[in-house]
Amino acid sequence: MIINHPLLGPRDSAEFVYLGAAALMDRPDPETASAEDWHDYAYLRDNPAGPHRELWFHEGGDRSILIVTRDTTTHEITGVELAREVASK
Amino acid sequence: MTQKNRLNGGQIDRDTTLNFTFDGKQYAGHPGDTLASALLANNVRLMGRSFKYHRPRGPLSAGSEEPNAIVELRSGARQEPNTRATTAELFDGLSATSQNRWPSLAFDAMAINDRLSNFLTAGFYYKTFMWPAAFWEKIYEPIIRKAAGLGSLSMRADPDTYDKGFRHCDLLIIGAGPAGLNAALTAGRAGAQVILADEDFRMGGRLNAETYPIADMSGADWAAQTVAELATLSNVRLMPRTTVIGAFDHGIYGAVERVSDHLATPAAGKPRQILWRIYAKQTLLCAGATERPIAFDNNDRPGIMLAASMRAYANRWAATPSHRVAIFTNNDDGHRTAHDLQGKGVKIAAVIDTRQDAPRSYDYEVLQGAQVVDTKGRLGLTFVEVNQVDGSTRTVECGALGVSGGWNPNVHLTCHQRGRPTWDENLAAFVPGGTLPSGMNVAGAANGDFSTHGALKSGANAARKALGLKGRAPAVPEAEDAPGTQTPFWYVEGCSRAWLDQQNDVTVKDVKLSHQEGFRSVEHLKRYTTLGMATDQGKTSNIGGLAIMAELAGKSIPEVGTTIFRPPYTPTAIGVLAGRMRGKEFHPTRLTPSHVWAKERGAVFVEVGNWLRAQWFPLPGETHWRQSVDREVTATRASVGVCDCTTLGKIDVQGSDAATFLNTVYCNGFAKLAVGKTRYGLMLREDGIAMDDGTAARLAEDQFVVTTTTANAGRVYQHMEFVRQCLMPEADVQLISTTEAWAQYAVAGPNSRRLLQKIVDPDHDISNEGFPFMACANITVCGGLRARLFRISFSGELAFEIAVPSRYGDALMRRLMAEGEEFDVTPYGTEALGVMRIEKGHAAGNELNGTTTALNLGMGRMVSKAKDSIGSQLSERPGLNEADALMQVGLRPLSAEDKVTAGGHLMKASGPVDAAHDQGYVTSAAYSPTLGHMIGLGFLKDGGNRMGETLRLVSPVTDLTVEVEVVSAHFVDPEGERVRA
Repeated sequence: MIINHPLLGPRDSAEFVYLGAAALMDRPDPETASAEDWHDYAYLRDNPAGPHRELWFHEGGDRSILIVTRDTTTHEITGVELAREVASK
Repeated sequence: MTQKNRLNGGQIDRDTTLNFTFDGKQYAGHPGDTLASALLANNVRLMGRSFKYHRPRGPLSAGSEEPNAIVELRSGARQEPNTRATTAELFDGLSATSQNRWPSLAFDAMAINDRLSNFLTAGFYYKTFMWPAAFWEKIYEPIIRKAAGLGSLSMRADPDTYDKGFRHCDLLIIGAGPAGLNAALTAGRAGAQVILADEDFRMGGRLNAETYPIADMSGADWAAQTVAELATLSNVRLMPRTTVIGAFDHGIYGAVERVSDHLATPAAGKPRQILWRIYAKQTLLCAGATERPIAFDNNDRPGIMLAASMRAYANRWAATPSHRVAIFTNNDDGHRTAHDLQGKGVKIAAVIDTRQDAPRSYDYEVLQGAQVVDTKGRLGLTFVEVNQVDGSTRTVECGALGVSGGWNPNVHLTCHQRGRPTWDENLAAFVPGGTLPSGMNVAGAANGDFSTHGALKSGANAARKALGLKGRAPAVPEAEDAPGTQTPFWYVEGCSRAWLDQQNDVTVKDVKLSHQEGFRSVEHLKRYTTLGMATDQGKTSNIGGLAIMAELAGKSIPEVGTTIFRPPYTPTAIGVLAGRMRGKEFHPTRLTPSHVWAKERGAVFVEVGNWLRAQWFPLPGETHWRQSVDREVTATRASVGVCDCTTLGKIDVQGSDAATFLNTVYCNGFAKLAVGKTRYGLMLREDGIAMDDGTAARLAEDQFVVTTTTANAGRVYQHMEFVRQCLMPEADVQLISTTEAWAQYAVAGPNSRRLLQKIVDPDHDISNEGFPFMACANITVCGGLRARLFRISFSGELAFEIAVPSRYGDALMRRLMAEGEEFDVTPYGTEALGVMRIEKGHAAGNELNGTTTALNLGMGRMVSKAKDSIGSQLSERPGLNEADALMQVGLRPLSAEDKVTAGGHLMKASGPVDAAHDQGYVTSAAYSPTLGHMIGLGFLKDGGNRMGETLRLVSPVTDLTVEVEVVSAHFVDPEGERVRA
């Protein structure tokens, strides 16, 4: 696969490490979250056949973590964002 | 040596003779020959035995689709089994051996299977070896395994090297036949970056095998002239002997270049093969088509081959399987073979055409509306039996039979991204359809354009389209433009022992049996009969099986569908997939800065992750590792020892929010850690399980140096980047891994300070008052060299860790050894390190094993409730905090000579020994030279409240039962006085 890095352009996926679903960024608020919220965050993942937002760590590159929207049935990539920019919005 | 079946013409160099052997017998051929063409020229038709029935076989084809002529090439360590004689390029001295026969190819004892064929039909193994069940593993399977398989391995290491490489292009053209060549010419002249890859060693595809002209020259000459022009274009890269084996995501293709397979041994410094990863913006598949056979009884005898392959042998290689041949066809293409061979002086016994309106010829007899119903000839064809249109039977004498059932476009690569081909009624064949891999177009015969003109035109047009070229299309050179319509004819009515898949010995009867037994899905048919599962992946056989299955099921072929095409396109050596990554080069070897020094000292090394670490340093006279390790521990505790701990991960954390950041990643607090102090830190996963531990030293208000365990260095860094970028995006904090930037040594033992005082520059006070336990500082050593000093201890002794830039690591170690002579300084390795940490009760990888919590480790109170940190919430869940939770304890054998072993489980002093009564388990064990007996660390239910209890340590695997006492894990210096001395 080729991932179009927002800063570095198209890069081979071999330079990246897969970190899991982008849902990992939605860590519950420790002030308000219930035990169920923490359980769901730690253990439950969607497994869609279709577009999936997921984290790719550019370990062999600039060490950015990217949010890649990839269709799990075709590997088509329809979006790549810097995780840090999305997280700070 | 006479080449009895060598014809005139051909693209071989007759001025040079190449000598080779087949089954030990000498033959001669010429440059340009394949092994198969040279053997045919020498009147050898028998080249192999079939997989199951051991039937005599000769080549069916002249290319990579070959199911039959499978041989072993070379000898010694370079012996390669299951190689297709039809693609093996001849070289001087080549030795080839037939396989799957005993004692010889002409007389094969296992041919008895052929007589037993009534029992050996589809599903034979499943049905026969059912009973008794116990026989399967011990008797049936070993016998079947011995009987099965084709070639044999040399069982020696492959002496050749393989490489991997990367290439990029605007347009990748796969296949250099008329379509591919004309596409490359169009794209190359337009200035695009083009790669033209072809599996053959001579580009041109079918043009080299045909006699039809292009413009005013022969097709082969046009191909040669085109290749010559392409070679002059700097933007075009020609890659002959290169098979594109797979179409992967986003325009990435895998290709294997056979750099040296046509040579006796690779040239110095050259690999045998290269695996290319080609990044193509656009791809044009011009893979051509494969001729399909017709099934009739005994259609597998040596001498029976595809008609167009027979023509290729005659035209390109000037070789014929016999001087008297017949043709069996359902289309005009078969007549071309008759025409061309006749032109070369080969006698055409008859052209047997299934069509009643087949074209007639003045030159040879055409039997219209006739069919071949049987053949004769034990080791090679002698006669064919023909049913004529009037119902009469006729015997035709011939040494070879060319069979043509039409052509199948080579759609394989169009399907590698799960695309499915579509059925073309006009061609009675599957053509590319559905969703192609992104950026792929198809031209020429691969797309169903079977005529030369059609191929030339579609190649040029597809290249123009792929590159978005404007303007008038250049003229297409004149060439034959015969219509491509095909009428299906799959098998002769009533045939039974008619081979579809010759390599796996699947007959029409097997397909019928599979249908009769209820296998309706094409994927089931494939697996039950093994149709198309051999090394040729059914290139010539699948379609016939589908057709018969469709007929039996009363469906159309597209309704039945195809099995899924998967990479690789042709068999690929595992060696080329591995490339240089084999043996020691499987992963990088990381050496510590003191490696050369340690080697000089005769250290024994151990692999830790990718690192080589000194395990112990044997002295002369020491014959057992325990002697060395016990000495290293004792000497360190008595005076001073030095250990290279460079491999621990080091992460530099900087920024005004560095302390806040560490407060989040560690479960214990770091906000209040003073500058110049170090603190132990425990990292949890979000699910509350311990992930890693280490220290964080605050070198400045906004700078910490974090250490991780050796094994988890990469993972911890990755985790910290996740927290930084995804969870704390606003925080002012930066991370960088500095593991390899600093050489770091533990200097441990009561004399460690005195040793360091000889090295640390005098303006730095490292006395107990000036540099107390857990202090850290940037200092200078040896007269101005910048260094970092940490007063931390893994051994439980007064100890320091000193770090200098890596390039000074070797020098510092030598300096420590020289200055330490007066203290009898002792280097120690990872074993002594491990013994000392077990004596001290420090957790390591065995304890941080992915199932244990801070509570289990006896650090439950470290999890700060005053702040949020990763894992703090879920570490509080009830399941991890039950009253009898496992707690880390020390274990001491009641009898000093007893063994304590890691992995053993703990049971009460009396009562049953089973999982239901399990009390815990032992994680680490060592002989303690300090205490004079073995000790262990383990996890015990409610361990904190069971000090002094006697338990049984059991290991059913090693048949061990030892009585142990539960003690504190701090075996040595429990009060921690030494570290503060």
